[in-house]
Amino acid sequence: MRTNTIAPPSDDKRWRIVQATMRRHGFAPDALIEALHSAQEAFGYLDDDALRYVGKSLHLPLSRVYGVATFYNLFTLKPQGEHTCVVCMGTACYIKGGPDVLKAIEDAAGVRKGETTPDKKVSLLVARCLGACALAPAVVFDGEMDGQLAPGQAASRIKEWMGDGN
Amino acid sequence: MAIDTVGALPDENGKQRLIVLEHAGKIDPEDIEAYMAVGGYATCSDVLQSMTPAEVIEQIRNSGLRGRGGAGYPVGLKWSTVAKAHGSQKYIVCNGDEGDPGAFMDRSIMEADPHRVLEGMMIAAYAVGASRGYLYVRAEYPLAIKRLKHAIKQAEKHGLLGINISGTPFSLSLQVRLGAGAFVCGEETALLASIEGRRGQPRPRPPYPAESGLWGCPTLINNVETYANIVPILREGAEWFASIGTERSKGTKVFALSGRIARTGMIEVPMGTTLREIIYDIGGGIPDGRTFKAVQTGGPSGGCIPAAHIDTPVDYESLKQVGSMMGSGGMIVMDDSSCMVDVAKYFLEFCMTESCGKCVPCRVGTAQMYGLLEKISEGRASLDDLALLEDLCDMVANTSLCGLGQAAPNPVISTLRYFRDEYMAHIVDKTCPAHVCPVSRKEAVR
Repeated sequence: MRTNTIAPPSDDKRWRIVQATMRRHGFAPDALIEALHSAQEAFGYLDDDALRYVGKSLHLPLSRVYGVATFYNLFTLKPQGEHTCVVCMGTACYIKGGPDVLKAIEDAAGVRKGETTPDKKVSLLVARCLGACALAPAVVFDGEMDGQLAPGQAASRIKEWMGDGN
Repeated sequence: MAIDTVGALPDENGKQRLIVLEHAGKIDPEDIEAYMAVGGYATCSDVLQSMTPAEVIEQIRNSGLRGRGGAGYPVGLKWSTVAKAHGSQKYIVCNGDEGDPGAFMDRSIMEADPHRVLEGMMIAAYAVGASRGYLYVRAEYPLAIKRLKHAIKQAEKHGLLGINISGTPFSLSLQVRLGAGAFVCGEETALLASIEGRRGQPRPRPPYPAESGLWGCPTLINNVETYANIVPILREGAEWFASIGTERSKGTKVFALSGRIARTGMIEVPMGTTLREIIYDIGGGIPDGRTFKAVQTGGPSGGCIPAAHIDTPVDYESLKQVGSMMGSGGMIVMDDSSCMVDVAKYFLEFCMTESCGKCVPCRVGTAQMYGLLEKISEGRASLDDLALLEDLCDMVANTSLCGLGQAAPNPVISTLRYFRDEYMAHIVDKTCPAHVCPVSRKEAVR
């Protein structure tokens, strides 16, 4: 186990969580994905500082860290909006009207899937399958699962977030 | 605490048989004592005290158990390959990267009975001589991750994991590793790369992980449901297990039933049960007075089985024969409101997006196929495009590096086989019979 730890980019206490994760894995190269998960959980996304810090601590080149961070869908290099909406596009949701729900949400928010509104209010994401097939079509609003939604219902939830209840 | 996990759907007419799900929804998954109270860890303890690794493998081989991840490789054979492989360090891995859309069996097993999976892994590790192991679980399953981590801690406290387990020379440490949203990581060599902290890209086989896996060491990889079958086999005996199911597919299979069906949920049936029994007797049939059109099994690697084959028994060979596959156990029922061209396009989009980009046939081929399906669904395609699509199916299936690419054309091939008339309607008559595709919207505008 390596003991000479790298100093975090700032004195933000959240770096300690990231450091603890890496220490638990003995700062070994295979701790990379776990460390990135921990950094994203603490800061909401992975910025350059986080990638450099994790890379240096695990003695990995930045190219390798960047490669891994961009390969996996769950890692994001951009800050997310205040609210997050995840539309399930698993097969069951798809055949039960998921695409119409997504379309209504996209129209209401004025952004496409994978994007965040310019005012940073809402991030719109699409999931492959949330395993909630009984609730199809399912949408997760800020971590709360809601199911069997009509497109209009979903759109009005987004409008509420955007401060426009009409 | 309240047991918030679900077991199997109610078994009203005796069509189900619960082996893997015997405790699901009945015991508190966060309490090791509850698991021990129903006989948990007794099998592992018996095995360690009174059986040699070779005897364990012999039992598994005689049971006829085949891998539940989809391909159906004989489990006993895989175990004996790892056991025979040379190396002072061996690893054991549980594949919990359940990525097929519409499949939630493994998640349910991990959430409802995590100790059952651990006990299966312990027996496997003893049989093949592994001393370290990983459970690779999708990060999208936070509850499953939490319960597995908790279960490992409890097992360690009870001396069931660690050094010299139950006073024997056998030692094992287990760790949970998180995926990060890459479907391809369900492929075993990609999964191993991901555990090593690298991009989840597959590599050519051989060498198989059984000989050269994690960090070049012999590694046993099995699926969650496969490990969950180990305890009952050793508890009740190989003959008992082999007496359930069909000649070449033994035991039961857990399926996640969803889509246009009255009852959605998990079921466990003996191999050889027909699709009709599953859909009508257990699932309650098609709601809203609509008609059954097809059932999709095997996820993006599988195919759509039409009404004409609804009496097909579910076993590895029969499902393959009708152009689909067992897969991990997702079963999505479709009625006449679904367009089969649209369904094929949906799965192709999935494979195209999830292609890791390493090999050309998969990276470029799936994108080209998707483009052609888009043309068909918009009514811009000619019969030449259809011929090109069929050519591409053949090329991508035969030249891709891993299972993702090799199986990507399956949804197209199977829908072309059974629903060619729907493709023709889009191409020749410029209409979508189910009124789903953009071509029929144009029609309406006109």
